[in-house]
Amino acid sequence: MSESTHDIEIEIRNPEGLHMRPAMLFVDLANTFDSDITVSNGETKVDGKSIMQMTMLAATCGTKLRVQAKGADARRALAALGELAERNFSPQPVEAGMRQKESG
Amino acid sequence: MEIRKGIAVSPGIAIAKPMVIDSRDYRIPRRSIMASQRAAEVVRVRKAFAHAIQELDGLESSKRIEESKIRDIFAVHMRFLRDKAFLKRITDFIHKEMVTAEYAVSTILREIASHFAGIDDPYISERAADIYDIEKRLLKHLLGRMEDNVEHLRDEVVILARDLTPTQTAGFNKTFVKGFATEKGGRTSHTAIVARSLGIPAVVALGDMSSEVPPDCTVIVDGNRGVVVIDPDEDTLKQYNQYAQQVTRFVSELNVLRELPAQTRDGVKIEIFGNIEFPDEAAMVLEKGGDGIGLYRTEFLYLYGGTEPTEDDHYRAYAETIRTLKDKPVVIRTMDLGADKMPHADWHPNEANPALGLRSIRYCLQDLPMFKTQLRAILRASVLGDVRVMFPLITNLQELRQAKMILRDVMEDLDEYAVPYSPKMKVGIMIETPSSALTAGLLAQESDFFSIGTNDLIQYTLAVDRANEHVTTLYSPAEPAVLRLVRGVVQDAHKARIGLSICGEVASDPEYIMLLLGMGVRTLSMAAPMIPEIKKLIRSVTIEECGDIARKVATLDSSRQIKNVLRDAVTRILPETY
Repeated sequence: MSESTHDIEIEIRNPEGLHMRPAMLFVDLANTFDSDITVSNGETKVDGKSIMQMTMLAATCGTKLRVQAKGADARRALAALGELAERNFSPQPVEAGMRQKESG
Repeated sequence: MEIRKGIAVSPGIAIAKPMVIDSRDYRIPRRSIMASQRAAEVVRVRKAFAHAIQELDGLESSKRIEESKIRDIFAVHMRFLRDKAFLKRITDFIHKEMVTAEYAVSTILREIASHFAGIDDPYISERAADIYDIEKRLLKHLLGRMEDNVEHLRDEVVILARDLTPTQTAGFNKTFVKGFATEKGGRTSHTAIVARSLGIPAVVALGDMSSEVPPDCTVIVDGNRGVVVIDPDEDTLKQYNQYAQQVTRFVSELNVLRELPAQTRDGVKIEIFGNIEFPDEAAMVLEKGGDGIGLYRTEFLYLYGGTEPTEDDHYRAYAETIRTLKDKPVVIRTMDLGADKMPHADWHPNEANPALGLRSIRYCLQDLPMFKTQLRAILRASVLGDVRVMFPLITNLQELRQAKMILRDVMEDLDEYAVPYSPKMKVGIMIETPSSALTAGLLAQESDFFSIGTNDLIQYTLAVDRANEHVTTLYSPAEPAVLRLVRGVVQDAHKARIGLSICGEVASDPEYIMLLLGMGVRTLSMAAPMIPEIKKLIRSVTIEECGDIARKVATLDSSRQIKNVLRDAVTRILPETY
């Protein structure tokens, strides 16, 4: 079966925490994958493709989140999301499917 | 005629007919539906979402939205409207509770908003306002009400409302909306930010506008003084029309000035810095033509949070300011509390003489964990731009050495954890006590720069509390004792070849500018709104004239004589200032 579940841990390291802008980037990126993506902060588990739920996580700086992906492109999704967290949610200049534009 | 006072959040004067936006909250009564109607209500919700997305798309792409902060607000709203889980929560509610679309929207959005509002993090709790905004937008489509629609205006109006949502404000057509006034809101609310970036005069926090506003009356919104006049009498209206013209003239004149250097007629360049307290004031310093931040007061971090600020609280505020300034200098003054400013009652013991008590750097040197927290944040932020740190209320070399030693300790801590910082960050001190002024020559050997804080220096030199009405007339920067100290500090700084600036109120008092330049001061730091006027004055004088004034003043023996000389000089040069 190609349906497989994988998970990684990411740490929120930008000082403002996972506020609107980073949450927006995360959700935008998650939505480019087919896999189901869930994010948990301790007991709370939310849909990683939902801006509403992601913001309600209230992940402040230093929070460790578990990201789980289930589906054909689960590994790729986690690699991409992990990389986004790794570069502290700074927007990447060119990324297909992302309409995020950095203002000068 | 009714005159109301609020907070001025966006400058300018607007005089027009009022447009009162229904200030009533939408309150949606619970109405049950039959099971068979559920599908239809779900369709209505989906349609409302689709319309709202369409509407936002239109607003987002309109040329008016140039400000990145506004674009961010729209982007967030858009993502919520496209969020499947969000939509599902509403439609699930309809299915389960068998209620109307509008009741479901209102209930769910208010649930989410109150959840956000309850989170102990300003970045998230502020989002509650966005959720209410989305609620209003969806309800507008569901209820088919057009009453809030200011997009179909044909006449010039000023908007009066209880509160405005950021997207309402951004959707205003600037051709017709000349200003706005709201009962609620604050200086840093989204609405204020949007108003400033759109350049619409605005006054907020006016309190309950109890009396009904007659629809045909005139309303004046004075975004400079934070005043709203409803139905003004003839005289007031005439005065305001003149004032509005004056302001327009002045603004265009100052806009020209912004681009010009603060340079005397004989070509000596003067640096003008801004004094700020909040990070969002930094943009105004640049807008007014400032060359950097000469005094960043950090006390607000301690005063408004309720609890002691964390290292990240500090860092966030500093990073925001430094990013705004890019490579221009930012002088961060370490915590200067005590005396007249106290965060809470148990801060430190009651003192008979707080101005001479445990305050400012003295307090920091006794509470090292707190001091180190701030220094760590400043050092971390030092890699983001031209950051300098300044210690207040230094009275002798010992204190300076102690503060610098603690700074070095913190640097070593950061080294240990490989946290980057700028090891060459400049370290300066405020000269605001007679003892530091008299030993400036010694202090200069171990400081990278001085900033003379004239307010405290005057108080300590003259032994006068300016806030005490019985002695307040004795307080004057023109006292020969004060001027001798200032002159000495300037000379000592020059001898040691270190930076020197003035950051007290005299730095923005037109009467004292020529004297200060004549004494050799080349850097002034002041509140942002004063920058254009002072720049204009600087551009009208020569250093030679200023030197003459300074020499003349040095021969005079009373503050009254000195004041007269200073006033005469500035009146001769810029008659319109007085």
